[in-house]
Amino acid sequence: MQWESWSAFWSMGGAAPFVWGSYAVTLLLVALELVLVLRRRRDTVRRLIRLRRVTAPDRDERRASKEMFE
Amino acid sequence: MKTANFDDRIKRSKSLLRFAAPQMFYPLAGTFAPWCLAVAAVLTVLGLWIGFFVAPTDAQQGDVYRVIFIHVPAAWMSMFIYLVMAFWAAVGLVLNTRLSFMMAQALAPTGAMFCFVALWTGALWGRPTWGTYWVWDARLTSQLLLLFLYLGYIALTQAIDDARRADRAGAIIALVGAVNVPIIYFSVQWWNTLHQGASVSLTRAPSMASAMLWGMLVMALAAWAYTFAVVFWRVRSLILERERHTEWVGAELAAHEGRA
Repeated sequence: MQWESWSAFWSMGGAAPFVWGSYAVTLLLVALELVLVLRRRRDTVRRLIRLRRVTAPDRDERRASKEMFE
Repeated sequence: MKTANFDDRIKRSKSLLRFAAPQMFYPLAGTFAPWCLAVAAVLTVLGLWIGFFVAPTDAQQGDVYRVIFIHVPAAWMSMFIYLVMAFWAAVGLVLNTRLSFMMAQALAPTGAMFCFVALWTGALWGRPTWGTYWVWDARLTSQLLLLFLYLGYIALTQAIDDARRADRAGAIIALVGAVNVPIIYFSVQWWNTLHQGASVSLTRAPSMASAMLWGMLVMALAAWAYTFAVVFWRVRSLILERERHTEWVGAELAAHEGRA
């Protein structure tokens, strides 16, 4: 163990703003990226399902009319 | 009928190349992504434990050097991801494979994120050790150029509506910009920079305490695992989007609807 106390740990030998500023921003960006990626996934699935509802009946009709002619 | 035959054929294929087909890669990426994220989380905890509690205070720099455990892995990742992006862009241009371009696009935001992290942590490390947040030396300037290349690639591929044209235009930036990566890496040898030389190389013994080195390497592995996880998730959205007219995506969405 490198630290005499938790307060020594948090003060990082006087370099606290630089060390914790680095780690905090990295953590924030990683968390933000994960949220954005998962949200994009959810939005894509939702949008494509809606799109399919709009276009799918049309496709089924075409298939049905094709079968009638065959 | 032609597409149905292709689907059957590719599902029966035993070749590893079958995963170049989006409909085969999609479930594979979905299976791997959560595992990669779990591995990344475990390695991050381990790496930070080594970095903060095992590695000793540096004799010259004191404790501020502990920024290294994110700075160096982030910088490595930012360069490596760009090369992988350029590789997929080249494969896409030569073989005209759909998935390659999607991989290139899925990698860019994560590369840009790591590039920014490298610059940010570097600035915060530079202030107490060099007395300045920023200097226009070769290493810092070429790394900043890398960030602009990432942002340029993302902006260009987003701005062009036609996916095929966007892919090709982006591929040109990715390939031309790849020249910058060796410049970043060797800048500390080629020019007289304020930034120090490499502490770790394949040819020499590393010039740092072994606990510091291990902390850095474990964090680098964590960054790798994290990159795999996010890129797999992102490419899955891209695949659905681009293959939305195919029957297999229709089936996939129907399954989702059933669950919802």
